Amino acid sequence: METLVLYVLDMADVFDAYTFSQAWDEMFEAPGMPRRAYERVFQALEHLDPDDLRFRAELVARAFTDRGVTFALGGEERPFPLDLVPRVIAAAEWDVIDRGVRQRVRALEAFLADVYGPQTIIAEGIVPRSVLLTGGGFHRAAHGIDPANGVRVHVAGIDLVRDVDGRFRVLEDNARVPSGVSYVIENRGIMAHAFPGLFAEHRIRPVDDYPARLLAALRAAAPPGVRDPVVVVLTPGVGNSAYFEHALLARQMGVELVEGRDLSCSGNRVRMRTTAGEQPVHVVYRRIDDEYLDPLHFRPESVIGCPGILNAARAGAVTIANAVGCGAADDKLIYTYVPDFIRFYLNEEPVLENVRTYRLDDAERLAWVLDSLDELVLKPVDGAGGKGIVIGPQADEKTLAKLRSTVAAGPRGWIAQVPVALSTSPTFVGDRFAPRHIDLRPFAVNSGDDIWVLPGGLTRVALPEGALVVNSSQGGGSKDTWVLADARRPVARTEDDAEQQAPPPSVVREAVADRQAGPGLAESAYQLQQ
Amino acid sequence: MLSRIAESLFWLGRYVERADDTARVLDAVMHRLLDDPGTDEEAACRTLFAVLGVPVPDSDEGGCDAQTVLSALGFDAGNPSSVAGAWQAAHDNARGVREVISTESWECLNATRLALPAQRRQARRVGPHAYLRYVRERAALFSGLADSTMSRDDGWLFLTLGQSLERVDMTARLLSVKVLASPYAPDWATLLRAAGADEPYRRTEGWDSDPQSAARFLVLEPLFPRSIMHALATAERCLAELAGTLAAGSSSRRSGRSQTQVLVPSARRTIGRMRTVLEYLDADTLVAQLPQVLKDLQEACLLASRQIADRYFQYGTPVVWLRGRDS
Repeated sequence: METLVLYVLDMADVFDAYTFSQAWDEMFEAPGMPRRAYERVFQALEHLDPDDLRFRAELVARAFTDRGVTFALGGEERPFPLDLVPRVIAAAEWDVIDRGVRQRVRALEAFLADVYGPQTIIAEGIVPRSVLLTGGGFHRAAHGIDPANGVRVHVAGIDLVRDVDGRFRVLEDNARVPSGVSYVIENRGIMAHAFPGLFAEHRIRPVDDYPARLLAALRAAAPPGVRDPVVVVLTPGVGNSAYFEHALLARQMGVELVEGRDLSCSGNRVRMRTTAGEQPVHVVYRRIDDEYLDPLHFRPESVIGCPGILNAARAGAVTIANAVGCGAADDKLIYTYVPDFIRFYLNEEPVLENVRTYRLDDAERLAWVLDSLDELVLKPVDGAGGKGIVIGPQADEKTLAKLRSTVAAGPRGWIAQVPVALSTSPTFVGDRFAPRHIDLRPFAVNSGDDIWVLPGGLTRVALPEGALVVNSSQGGGSKDTWVLADARRPVARTEDDAEQQAPPPSVVREAVADRQAGPGLAESAYQLQQ
Repeated sequence: MLSRIAESLFWLGRYVERADDTARVLDAVMHRLLDDPGTDEEAACRTLFAVLGVPVPDSDEGGCDAQTVLSALGFDAGNPSSVAGAWQAAHDNARGVREVISTESWECLNATRLALPAQRRQARRVGPHAYLRYVRERAALFSGLADSTMSRDDGWLFLTLGQSLERVDMTARLLSVKVLASPYAPDWATLLRAAGADEPYRRTEGWDSDPQSAARFLVLEPLFPRSIMHALATAERCLAELAGTLAAGSSSRRSGRSQTQVLVPSARRTIGRMRTVLEYLDADTLVAQLPQVLKDLQEACLLASRQIADRYFQYGTPVVWLRGRDS
């Protein structure tokens, strides 16, 4: 009898020690009560024992290692950890994100078209000229370049977090070279191998048409008059930490993956060096930062770029995606103005709000922020990947003192935010599930006619307990992100798919020939009978 | 196709073949050493290093034995002439061309590279055979996956070209072990087995064939895929096809290469001439001329490889800035 009880306890205990904090939990409404979207995931997981879960976790890690989806940490190759518990987003919730992200990208595009053109927003006094000009991402060299189809931000990644009330808020915008979409694609494939049963029970919107959408958007951005544009992906090379992603996108789009040394530029034409001589290039999806892209305009010592490419873009002979100078829109100080952009350019109210953020542009507020550092989050405006962020409530006195003097010396370089208790999600740690903070980066692809948001996006997990910075370079992992299909609509990749009706089996049978079998099987069946 | 990618594919083909063939050579030689305790181990090992063109590593004892051979030619991941090193080099080349080789082929290369250290630890306990066999099997898996998942485009031709040239070179070196150092070399049966040729040989030549016909088989048999003749013919065909497609594709370009040079690239001439020499060779006296023939073959491979690089792998070296003279 006793053994039986123990056994039952053992079965249930993967969720037993799950603790709740003030933060919004993605899976549970209350202890033991999963939210509707998670019901089936919860049922499936609670019946698995720790050994089974560990086995699947190893399976997942192994799949990543074999594919070479790794990043180097201390000289060792490690897979980017994928957690076993998917993040599930119900159709109605996704609808808000989808509308909010598209709205945001439209506003950023409008802002960029404005600042690299007439600059009405400065004339109207909505953004001070000094804020724009002192931003590290604003490049005079990009002024007056008119993109072929009006698109500058071909790919955007808008980072979202969920506050204690369960509302999604924008944490930051990435309009330069947002990365991580390869994990979205890989995570889905690998989860399908580790939990085949779960997929059968859900109607999950697919993510694998991202490369096709991206290619279509890049081709749509080709210089005018080019009928069959040649698209390439420009990578810094195999040493880059996102090289895997560059190769995956090039492979799945079916285009060349080039390095700077494969390109040449003369007479404002960009060409690539091939075994059959030099071939023209029309659209460069570059995964190189502005500063390294063109040594003629930016860092002269860069050897990974293509000298002359910016002039070629200005002459309209090549399209650079994303356009040079998009950094003007995703500076963290500019971020505080984006809700105003939405009202000014689109005449709409923001669907997704910002996290409460303070600019340090007036002396009184600066003084207040410097006094309240232990209650605020301070972010450098040009930091990427969680670099330089100080979370006041978690920082020690020494860090705060140093921060105080740095911020006082250069307030333009910082913004202050009220800490958000990022939502938590059950994450497999050791041999049970524990709450860990997560965020979400949806990816938007702008083809000029339409902004498409990949249904899903990258959910990043801060693996250390209580940590609020979610980044692979700081002990982060990821989760497969499932956007559930609206029950009323079929899960269709394209409209063609939805319209096609499968013929009945009798018709299929008519449409195929008889199958043949050679000698062999009959004989062994005969032997078996004996 | 980008020149950089063409070069990586060419070397990917070469390195996988080199890992495979080096494993075959080592397996045959180790078999012989273990089989016959009377062999002069030191001399046999030094000869092997010489044939494979690898300097004998310095050791504290100054000796050179089977362990030295295994460490340097089997397990040293830093030496591109060793089994593990060739595989590592194949992997590194593949990494730079991830978007043109199939995911399955890539996973085979990467998973094998990650599994080699464990295989090596096991080899230290149970002997090298399982390790060498593993590499051969994985090379076969790679070739099979590439064969069934890669389009027959220029990339495929460069991969196959690299593989064929390396096969010519390594089969020649396998034979050199026998020809130059007969007293320590494995017998013909072991050599044939190392090349996977023992059974086809028996079917073609029968049991009462003289040992020298084994050399003839490995060099001249046009139907056996690991023979030198077959590999030369494959390399020649790849070069011919490349010359065809690339000449057609480049008709519009402005560079002033003369027509004849495009039509008859010199690597094709080098390989073609070598094949013709073999075809018109007096088969009965092949064995007597074998040392010279093997040396010519290895030199032809070297020359052809250089000519291919000159013709197809011309791309910019990384850009560096030069300081102007008057600044």
